[in-house]
Amino acid sequence: MAESLLSVHSVSKSFRGLRAVAEVSFDVEEGHIVALIGPNGAGKTTCFNMIAGAFVPDAGEIRFAGQRIDGIRPDQVCLAGIGRTFQLVKPFAGLTVLDNVIVGALRRNSQVGVARRKAQAILERLGLAEKRDQPASALTLPDRKRLEVARSLATEPRLLLLDEVMAGLRPTETDQMVAVFRGLNEEHGLTIVLIEHVMRAVMALSREIHVLHHGELIASGSPDEVVRHPAVLDCYLGEEAV
Amino acid sequence: MPLELVANVTLAGLLTGLVYGLMALGLSVIFGVVRVVNFAHGEMMTIAMYAAVVLFAAFRLDPFIALFPVAAAFFVFGYVLQAGLINPFITRPEHTQFMLVLAVAIIMVNGLLMAFGPDARNIPVDYALESFSIGPLLLDTVRVYAALAAVAIAGGLFLFFKFTATGRAIRACADNYLGAKVVGLDVKKYYALTFGLGAACVGAAGCLMVLLVDVTPLLGPGYTLLAFIIVIVGGLGSMPGALLGGVLIGISEALAGLFFSPSAKSMFSFALLILVLLFRPQGLLGKRH
Amino acid sequence: MKALIAATPKRALVLMLVLAVVLLTLPAFANAYILSVAVLILYFAYLGQAWNVMMGFCGQLSLGHSLYVGIGAYVSAALFVHFGIPPWLGIWASVLACMAAGAAIGVLAFRFGIGGVYFALLTIAFAEFTRIGFDHLDWVGGSGGFFLPVTQREFNDVLALRGSPAMFYYVMLALTAAAFAFCTWLLRTRIGYYWQAIREDPDAAQALGINTFRYKMLAVVVSAGMSAFAGVFFAFYYNNLFPEQIFSMSRSIEIILGPIIGGTGTLFGPILGAVVLTVLADGITELMAVFGWEIPGVKQVFYGTCMLVVIVFLPNGIWPTLARRLGLEHREEGHHNG
Repeated sequence: MAESLLSVHSVSKSFRGLRAVAEVSFDVEEGHIVALIGPNGAGKTTCFNMIAGAFVPDAGEIRFAGQRIDGIRPDQVCLAGIGRTFQLVKPFAGLTVLDNVIVGALRRNSQVGVARRKAQAILERLGLAEKRDQPASALTLPDRKRLEVARSLATEPRLLLLDEVMAGLRPTETDQMVAVFRGLNEEHGLTIVLIEHVMRAVMALSREIHVLHHGELIASGSPDEVVRHPAVLDCYLGEEAV
Repeated sequence: MPLELVANVTLAGLLTGLVYGLMALGLSVIFGVVRVVNFAHGEMMTIAMYAAVVLFAAFRLDPFIALFPVAAAFFVFGYVLQAGLINPFITRPEHTQFMLVLAVAIIMVNGLLMAFGPDARNIPVDYALESFSIGPLLLDTVRVYAALAAVAIAGGLFLFFKFTATGRAIRACADNYLGAKVVGLDVKKYYALTFGLGAACVGAAGCLMVLLVDVTPLLGPGYTLLAFIIVIVGGLGSMPGALLGGVLIGISEALAGLFFSPSAKSMFSFALLILVLLFRPQGLLGKRH
Repeated sequence: MKALIAATPKRALVLMLVLAVVLLTLPAFANAYILSVAVLILYFAYLGQAWNVMMGFCGQLSLGHSLYVGIGAYVSAALFVHFGIPPWLGIWASVLACMAAGAAIGVLAFRFGIGGVYFALLTIAFAEFTRIGFDHLDWVGGSGGFFLPVTQREFNDVLALRGSPAMFYYVMLALTAAAFAFCTWLLRTRIGYYWQAIREDPDAAQALGINTFRYKMLAVVVSAGMSAFAGVFFAFYYNNLFPEQIFSMSRSIEIILGPIIGGTGTLFGPILGAVVLTVLADGITELMAVFGWEIPGVKQVFYGTCMLVVIVFLPNGIWPTLARRLGLEHREEGHHNG
């Protein structure tokens, strides 16, 4: 079997004595969509931050396309092919929507003109094209989330880390986002790892789910397996989710 | 170089440093709690010094007594400045607040220049030329009294923060803005209170400083920089740190003035700042973030 | 270039054309006093743009910019006085020296993660440190001052920066125009975009693959290098240099006033700010002279008040609001930072 695209192996991270992530391991195959779920404080975003280079793991290894990426800078992680969004969106408020995405596109296209064309295309895909000249600060939250995704997509990643992008969206908006991601995954083979609380999206998109609780991985498997897993029901989903 | 000279100079530097420390304490409180970069700190100090000069000239009020009304006035001024000008800008980017206070500082310095002219002023108290002698050491009376007053005031502030309910509330606001709001503390009011307290420290320090140094309007920026250096060296958020930093700077300035030249003394302070920022940004006694 | 012109509203183009004509012919109809004020305006407009590269574009607050002006001035002045090297050669040494100084500050600050306020304090410390250092540097006159020999010439020698006030005016005009063109170009390149991204949100910028250290360093070095030109101009225009004067904190503040009032991060902001401040400040001084008042400090109180008013009511500076009111905004798709 071919090596996984992303391989997180026994990573741990503590903050001032508090164990945030404890020996978590999981693999992500190329072209899959994988979800990371669990209660708040379970260590999901910390995992993302370690993959994205914002934190250095205290122990363990993270490999992407065969190369070790734990401990390298966030911009180097992007260069390697991993894009990420932030849980609390970080738009470039003083720039227009289009300019925001151009910044992303410039990673792989050093000519501004080319970057602009690619950015336009991405905005259209995410349904933000008419708002392209507006300042990013003028966008609503759902649009800001879309912008965050567009910007990251512009860096032409092989793997996209999505941190709670569905939070605060209405069901129709959620379905739209799900359609976009599914499209990107099916047409371009984009690998996606998402942290999500919105189970509707998780169930619709994921091929595999990993469940974290108190920094530990307590369950892994297909969506159907995970939602029936007793430990998962106990700590997170509750009886009604099934 | 006779040892006695070095010892006397060091001691003088230490005593002056304690007054510096009181000034820096005001900034530590303001910057540490309210997170306002008070670029007008030195200018406020200079205004306090002039206030003492004026009160002495008009009423023959000894600066140690003038200290009280001046500190009170500064408390009010600080409270109003924070509540009226800075609180409304809390959500703005950091450098906006910075520039705002800088603008206030520019107005202050030059206002003083307009009012008093560039010539130096001082306070000729009766005991200005007296000194104690302890063995071979010679201590200026004014310097000793000023240092004692500085320590007393700093001590009082320390007790306030440690043991009163208001003091604890202020510390809560400093540690966790959001958390403090959640438990219902009126953070903006405490910010204003804190700025007032910090300003009062400066007011008192100014009254003490003018006994040691002649005042001109142009001292402002130098003191602002000095206050920041002391706070950074001593450690942000640490009250003993501010005093320790003040003492260190006071001594290094005095010794630099002795061994090199008077104008070189600030160079050492700057060098110290650069070193601390690079190698121990939390300062000597500060908490690591 | 064509796209740029096409995207600019007609009004703005006409205005710029008129302005260009006025500026180019000014020495013909202005008296010596107005010419000297014009030189001052251009000087601050130029320096404001240099500072703006670091702060307005990249978000790094420098409050010790007088450091670069001073180093630029002293290096080429020293080369001229001690070795007879003319300014058009000496300038390159100045630029290198300033870039090195900027690089030193940048490396120290950014490697150690110092930003925001602490960075600003660091820049102040370096400027003050250098000021005191030069006070003791007798090779360039120390605190007593460094003087450049002035000779009477019948003709203008641009390369030696010796000539009539009109010559200096045109030199400064050329520099300011070049800076404007340079900044306009920069903003439209990848560097410009990356700088703005860093200014807006360094973490998000990193996540998009931007090496923030490298680009921040670039901003500091470019800004410092640009400032060197102003320093050289200063040295050969005024012909005397005093550390207390040229490295002082007041100079640093004067440099930033124009961009803040005009609008940091914009292209016209620093220029507009320089015009407004210099004209008004001079107006006040003249007015006071009429009444016979010679009070030191009035000008600075005025500066401080302007700064206060602008920050409170027009935090983005005068230019953005003015441009909107006069209908001068670019209609270009996307990028509109004029």
